Amino acid sequence: MSLAKKYPKEVKQILSKYPPEGKRSAVMPLLFLAQREEGYINKSAMQDIAEMLDITETEVAAVVGFYTLYHDKKEGKYRIQVCTDLPCALRGAEKFMDDLCANLGIKVGDTTPDGAVTLEAVTCLAACDKAPMFQTQGPDGIKYHENMTVDKTMELIRTLKNAVGETK
Amino acid sequence: MAQILLRHREIPDINKLPVYKKNGGFAAFKNAVTKMKPAEVTEVVKNSGLRGRGGAGFPTGMKWSFIDNKNWPHYVVANADESEPGTFKDREIMEGNPFQFLEGVAIASYAVGANVAYVYLRGEFWELAASLDEKIAEMEEAGYLGDKLFGTNYSLRMYTHLGAGAYICGEETALLESLEGKRGQPRVRPPFPPAVGLYGKPTVINNVETFANVPMILANGAEWYKTMGTADSAGVKIFSLSGRVRKPGNYELPFGTTFRDLIYKHGGGVQDSRTVKAIMPAGASSSLILVDNDKILDTPMDYATVRTLGADLGSASVIVVDDTVPMDWLVNKTVHFFKHESCGKCTPCREGTYWMSHLTERIHGGHGSKADVDLLLNVAKQMQGKCLCALGEFSTMAVVSGIERFRQDFDHAVKA
Amino acid sequence: MSKQVTLTIDGKQVTVPEGLNVVDAAKMAGIDIPVFCHHPKLEPVGMCRMCLVEVGRPMRDRATGQFVIENGAPKIQFMPKLETACTNKVEEGMVVLTQNEKATAGQKGTVEFLLTSHPLDCPICDKGGECPLQNLTMAHGPGQSRFIYDEKMHLDKQVPLGELIYLDRERCIQCARCIRFQDEIAGDSVLGFDERGRTMQIVSLSDPGFDSVFSGNTTDICPVGALTTADFRFGARPWELDASPSICTQCPVGCNTTLNTRREAKAGGEIVVKRVMPRQNEEVNEIWLCDKGRFAYHYAESKQRLSKPMIRKDKKLARASWDAATKLAAEKFLKAKKDFVVLASGRLSNEDLFNLKTLADHAGGKSYLYSHMAGGELTTLVGVSAGTNFGTMGKGTAIVVVASDLYQEAPIWYLRVKQAAKRGATLIVLNPRKTKLDRYASFSVRYDYGGEAKAVHDLTKKSKASDALMKAENAVILYGSEGVGVAGSQSLATACAKLLNENGFTGRPNNGLIGVWERANDQGAWEMGFTVEDDLAKALKGKSVYVVGADPVNDDPKLAKALAEAKFVAVQDVMETATTEIADVVLPAQAFTEREGTLTSGERRVQRFYPAVPVTGDAKPDFAITAQIARNMGVILEGTSVSVVFDLLVETVKSFEGLNYAKLAEVREQFPIVGRGDMYYGGTTYENKHGLGVHLSSAATRGERLSIPRVQKEAVPHPKEKELLAVPVNKLYHRGTTVVSAELLHERIGDASVSLHPDAAQRLGLRAGQTVSVNFNGTSGQAVVKLDDTIDEGVALVPRSMGIAIRAPVAVKVKA
Repeated sequence: MSLAKKYPKEVKQILSKYPPEGKRSAVMPLLFLAQREEGYINKSAMQDIAEMLDITETEVAAVVGFYTLYHDKKEGKYRIQVCTDLPCALRGAEKFMDDLCANLGIKVGDTTPDGAVTLEAVTCLAACDKAPMFQTQGPDGIKYHENMTVDKTMELIRTLKNAVGETK
Repeated sequence: MAQILLRHREIPDINKLPVYKKNGGFAAFKNAVTKMKPAEVTEVVKNSGLRGRGGAGFPTGMKWSFIDNKNWPHYVVANADESEPGTFKDREIMEGNPFQFLEGVAIASYAVGANVAYVYLRGEFWELAASLDEKIAEMEEAGYLGDKLFGTNYSLRMYTHLGAGAYICGEETALLESLEGKRGQPRVRPPFPPAVGLYGKPTVINNVETFANVPMILANGAEWYKTMGTADSAGVKIFSLSGRVRKPGNYELPFGTTFRDLIYKHGGGVQDSRTVKAIMPAGASSSLILVDNDKILDTPMDYATVRTLGADLGSASVIVVDDTVPMDWLVNKTVHFFKHESCGKCTPCREGTYWMSHLTERIHGGHGSKADVDLLLNVAKQMQGKCLCALGEFSTMAVVSGIERFRQDFDHAVKA
Repeated sequence: MSKQVTLTIDGKQVTVPEGLNVVDAAKMAGIDIPVFCHHPKLEPVGMCRMCLVEVGRPMRDRATGQFVIENGAPKIQFMPKLETACTNKVEEGMVVLTQNEKATAGQKGTVEFLLTSHPLDCPICDKGGECPLQNLTMAHGPGQSRFIYDEKMHLDKQVPLGELIYLDRERCIQCARCIRFQDEIAGDSVLGFDERGRTMQIVSLSDPGFDSVFSGNTTDICPVGALTTADFRFGARPWELDASPSICTQCPVGCNTTLNTRREAKAGGEIVVKRVMPRQNEEVNEIWLCDKGRFAYHYAESKQRLSKPMIRKDKKLARASWDAATKLAAEKFLKAKKDFVVLASGRLSNEDLFNLKTLADHAGGKSYLYSHMAGGELTTLVGVSAGTNFGTMGKGTAIVVVASDLYQEAPIWYLRVKQAAKRGATLIVLNPRKTKLDRYASFSVRYDYGGEAKAVHDLTKKSKASDALMKAENAVILYGSEGVGVAGSQSLATACAKLLNENGFTGRPNNGLIGVWERANDQGAWEMGFTVEDDLAKALKGKSVYVVGADPVNDDPKLAKALAEAKFVAVQDVMETATTEIADVVLPAQAFTEREGTLTSGERRVQRFYPAVPVTGDAKPDFAITAQIARNMGVILEGTSVSVVFDLLVETVKSFEGLNYAKLAEVREQFPIVGRGDMYYGGTTYENKHGLGVHLSSAATRGERLSIPRVQKEAVPHPKEKELLAVPVNKLYHRGTTVVSAELLHERIGDASVSLHPDAAQRLGLRAGQTVSVNFNGTSGQAVVKLDDTIDEGVALVPRSMGIAIRAPVAVKVKA
């Protein structure tokens, strides 16, 4: 189903933000919308958006490829994106990540076997004073989790896994 | 001293419209629209000595005055892409004192004749964008945005726009490309945005913190603002303090505050009572200031003085590095960051960050040689002065200063 | 003339037009600044950082604005950093140093950075020998690598972007020339970068891959061996190739080409064409070619080439001597008297057509141009002429395109019209459906099929489009044959000619009529006085017909029947066709690659082509065969020297007055300067050393009194219930003789199709992709259904030259 049919209100609201000559600006918000349900953007969504904005599918794909918050492959329903950049690393982010991996039994970049969670290392999230921290990217958008411990994180992951299990 | 920007720390609920209004909110905007000519607004900002808080420190009023009045429409864009490792001040402003920021955007829009303003937030500020959308709706409701404001002919609309994970979009022309729905790759400058900006139209882009200063300057006057800070750097600055300190966080202080005061008086000193080995005053883009004697810490933090230490104040994202940190590790970290964030448009940055990452990886991993350290320094210098935008140049700062000022750490790494 | 600016580059004082960038200015002064991403036809982007130079500007006194003088000369202030020459515009008094130590170090550094990721597989790379990266590495690069080879990134090396163009991801240096060409020049944004930083790579997501008829050009301007054509890759090394100047024979644009040839074992030791390259002519094709022109040349080397004359004996064609074959033809034609008919196509050269026309006239026979499009006689009156150049059209010029999908019919015109519109020309597009050109149109006018002439006439009535047109200083009209046959195109052309003539849009540069013809030299035929016949079948029936360069039997069952019922048929062609099959005499002609001659483009520019490969068998050039037949009929025509035929033609045909082969071969310096040793600047396009061609005069330029006939109203059939109005449209890739021999293009040619509005398809119970029969006038053809919601519900689009013989609008029944 096309985005315009699925989310008529959102699409209309997004398109209304930009002047007619800047219609293409809507590509980024529309991609977030397309990613909402499955956590990634498939080819037909790209076609759909291209058509809506009068650009080519290649132009849409080039945008998807550039930004790290867009995904073109199905992975975990939720992504746990731990900042391991310099300021966080100075405050224990690397050890936090190692411990988290050990607890989850997966490596950075992997997805839990149930497909619920993908663990990723990301660059600075502008929360350097609250390390260790991460964000979760999922169907309900992006949420920050700051001053985290491994225990608190494992608890969060349990909640997420339960949520995924229920929708299945 | 009373807070000027982080007012939420003193006034509870100032992020709610009635509270903000009660504390003088939108008076400056209303006064500007109803009583001042746009050029007069620009003049006040120019006289205040306000400089851009995004890192480059360009005089704000001057930037506004460059707007091309022969080409219409005009746009104002707020750069809320805050992505420099070590910087987290804009987020706090937008969460804690959002209306002051938005009022600043509105005043700037009036000053340059823009009827539409965009707030470009990094994609990770998802929840923040949603909350700003609410604030913007409240402003419309209250008559601070919309058509014919305060009974004049001036109309203004404001929209948020989310990025999607790309440090480079903090660079103003890359931000514009991104806002236009393209890959965030910087444009060739000149022309600069005040001549050719969003959708090819004259555009003023400022950092969130810059905008947040504007209502206070308009309300209290340029002279008032200049009573704070130094001659070179007027006013107050939010210093984002991170790294090995006891109390990391944002500290709003006048320009000219010393590193010592920031780290020890406000930041509670170094963790585990270690000593400061190096300071990165502008986040990962910084040169490493070698703190080999106590006097260094007494350096006042303003644009000109920090430069005497061989570094830039930039966005004032002060990362404190203590004596437990090996510099080969740190440089490997920063180089990987820039390699990951290089947009790929220009050769030296695309290839240079990739090459440097191989070298730092090898050196830090203990597989390097002295020749590798020399080559790393040489590659970094070969990039300098040749990149299309500042990102490539920034990627070399920690490398060059690290090797030149902390050579022993690298020699140790390749020996071991 | 634009304002001039004087600056100093490497100590040399240079005066160039204002607005130029430093790379282009240096080039004009004979100084080569190395570049990868910069291309003189594209907007500068400053990406590759190869053109780093030191730039100094004269200091100005702040108070007076005057130059600060020091030691009698302006004081120069040099910038602290190197700057990219491509993104810096020339300024008065500027000083540029391109070869001092600092600049050289910068350039060397850039090459070193590029090579860290490059596979250095030059020995097996198609680009080797004409590779900018290779050349600039030799000139500016480091002698040795400081990058560990094992740390190089490994990427896919044979990625088909479509079936025509291959990408080697390792070789790509991310200069984006290909992407920018597609965005800025072609207007097909089907290439892009995926990912970012060092992992950034070229992708195409279109369907079919790299969906642009200009794709081949990207391989010319790619500064490395990343993009290669499926046609040429692994085909030969550039240094083994010889180059012969030629003219593309695929459409009326007349693109200047170079045929690269080589003797090779695979061809049995023969010399063959290995690739077709663009040859610069800024007034025709600039430095570009469409993919049809680049890839469809293979028919000249087809296995179906005719090599010996043949005569039908006992119902079978048997080899014969030239003497016997031409004598037999001559005998039959003589006997036919006024029943002698020449049917010739625009595939032939001016000289061929001149001899044919002269013969027909002398013998008292008829001569027809084999085309579905009429109105050419009007182009000889008010056609464009000297000084006309799409490249100079912009503000003040109106361009009207009617009944033509230029992208499909004459791609390079599409590209040039689009650029003119971008420069400010008023583009008015009239067509019943949306075409690609509409995107750039100032006004898009829709009409119903059959309403072409009226739509043009209505441009003189009050409307915004009309205002813009009437206000324009210059106007050209390109008219085509979408939805019209002979009668319809006659009305349309008349309406166009009338509008131009009555509003002063004739006789001056950038004014006049252009026919978007089916073939390369239809214009030449019109100039010779050929005409078209609406009911060709009737005109051929029972006659003695001399078919030259045409295949009517294959094209139309009605014509096949007419020729079967002809008294005698002699067929002269380069290849075996369905028409040679039924011929009484078959005369093998040389392909354009084997001979010399001239063609007249739709813009009425006469251009020379030259022999590139040896002759196939006993084939002769068409003009010579005609002369031989003529001689046997007692008519003396020149049959040996093609330039003498041309001289005779010049004496006879007024519009050619004053021309000769030497004039056609004249060249002038063209900008940008391309095709010299420095392929990094303009790409591998060839420099034009063999002639830019010359425009014909028109009756209007000669100041003759013009009389444009009245517009005859053309009635379009009214489909009955359950019928649709089938209209012929033109497709770039079709099954015509000169295209279908290129196997590489088969996927793009596809099947015969019929496009229906989705609602019409639903009503008829048809779905996309279904094979249906299209029935009309007692005949039928198979076609695959395509859905197109931009067309009218009552209409079915049927592409020409795809096997369904619809030459003009006709009522059809489409059935599963």
